[in-house]
Amino acid sequence: MNTNGNIYTVIYTTLVVVLVAAVLATVSQVLAPRQDANVKAETISQMLAAAKFYEKSELDAMGNDKVLEAYRSAVKEAFLIKADGTLDRNLDIESCEIVGTGALKAQNKFIKNGESDKVSIPVIILDKDGERVIVAACYGAGLWGPIWGYIAVNEDKTIRGVYFDHESETPGLGAKIKDEPSFRAEFEGKSVIYSEDAPAFSIVKGGAPAGVDNAVDAITGATMTCNGLNAAIQTWLDAYEPYLNAIQPKGRLIGDLLENLEAPADSLCCNAADSLATAK
Amino acid sequence: MNDKLKETLLRPIFIGNPITTLILGICSALAVTVQLKGAFVMGLSVIVVTAFSNFIVSCLRNSIPNRVRIIVQLVVVSLMVILVDQFLKAFAYSIEKQLSVYIGLIITNCIVMGRIEAFGLGNKPIPSFLDGLANGAGYAMILIIIAFFRELLGSGTLFGFQVIPQCLYDLGYMNNGLVILPPMALILLGCIVWVQRSIQKDLQEK
Repeated sequence: MNTNGNIYTVIYTTLVVVLVAAVLATVSQVLAPRQDANVKAETISQMLAAAKFYEKSELDAMGNDKVLEAYRSAVKEAFLIKADGTLDRNLDIESCEIVGTGALKAQNKFIKNGESDKVSIPVIILDKDGERVIVAACYGAGLWGPIWGYIAVNEDKTIRGVYFDHESETPGLGAKIKDEPSFRAEFEGKSVIYSEDAPAFSIVKGGAPAGVDNAVDAITGATMTCNGLNAAIQTWLDAYEPYLNAIQPKGRLIGDLLENLEAPADSLCCNAADSLATAK
Repeated sequence: MNDKLKETLLRPIFIGNPITTLILGICSALAVTVQLKGAFVMGLSVIVVTAFSNFIVSCLRNSIPNRVRIIVQLVVVSLMVILVDQFLKAFAYSIEKQLSVYIGLIITNCIVMGRIEAFGLGNKPIPSFLDGLANGAGYAMILIIIAFFRELLGSGTLFGFQVIPQCLYDLGYMNNGLVILPPMALILLGCIVWVQRSIQKDLQEK
């Protein structure tokens, strides 16, 4: 048979491609549930690692079920908020419902296009010794593909920790947003500061100015990735602004103080009065 | 087993090793050898991919139109690589994340295409399968040797277990940070090539 004819070539390649596509589609369908479970555990472990409840390597060694268990015991509330910071709906904690990167991508579009009626972004509240740790998400474009991450803030909007991930940034350069512990450590103790004229948080090429509380240094050799991450963090923190501004850390101190009535009476009054003033 | 099959199976392990003799697949040998676990899985993946794509192409060898044979080979190799990636995603997710782009890059690993072109297209399926297996194994072996030294000297561990005792660290021993970086992998690889060429004199250039 003439294997070099045009018709033979076209039919042959078509057959090969269709066959290969069928095999790949079948395998992907069969393995999808297992892969989804892995992705879910990974997302949850990234949030827990951002909040510094565990080291990421500890979580990786735990296995999926234990990670979900750790999440269930750490989480206090999980819900989606609208653009104005009000509750959209609760996320189911028992089944560890999460907002995957696909959904974050769609939300990123809504936030950027100003379609505020469609915005519905996740807020995970973890319980650390009675203090609330608020985990916010962010999503954006890196150099080669999407980047996303989780920012864990305390009630007073100081950053407790962050965790970033990416799809295909350059290993050793852009991938450092995930792999370089010292980059992540820079965020810790900094603050998210909302103001009229400046972004809530910045990653600054060439070094964050000394004494600035809401900026960190960019990574050398990863300017494009850092620019993308900077934009992602700023866009998403702006979207979280109404919610984060509405948190009144001192407001709940009153309740705590009333529970601890053995505290000296005068300090109790002062603090409660202060708290009320701030709460207003 | 006849001599020819034995030659097919044993030659790529040492004499005709794809990395040290043919100098193919260097990129991933530098990239995934920081830890033994990663090197082991990468080696295993390449063994599976070269063996099966060599086998499949060999089965098709008489029907492949010559003008599009590279494309057809690429489709077969891609199929195998995506299958391996999918299985790793389902059953070894943390390793898949660690190897990340390098699994996808097996498609462009010269060893795979090189063996298909040089062996699979001209030989029967079973010898082709063995040839792929052996070349993958030769690749995996070098990866594991390099990763052994890099993990031992760079992190003081093997397969993640601490092997250098704490008392040595207390005496002032430190892990070598340079070994973690890719340049040291290239130097180690150079040493392996040096050792091989001093044994196998016929490989030395005049």
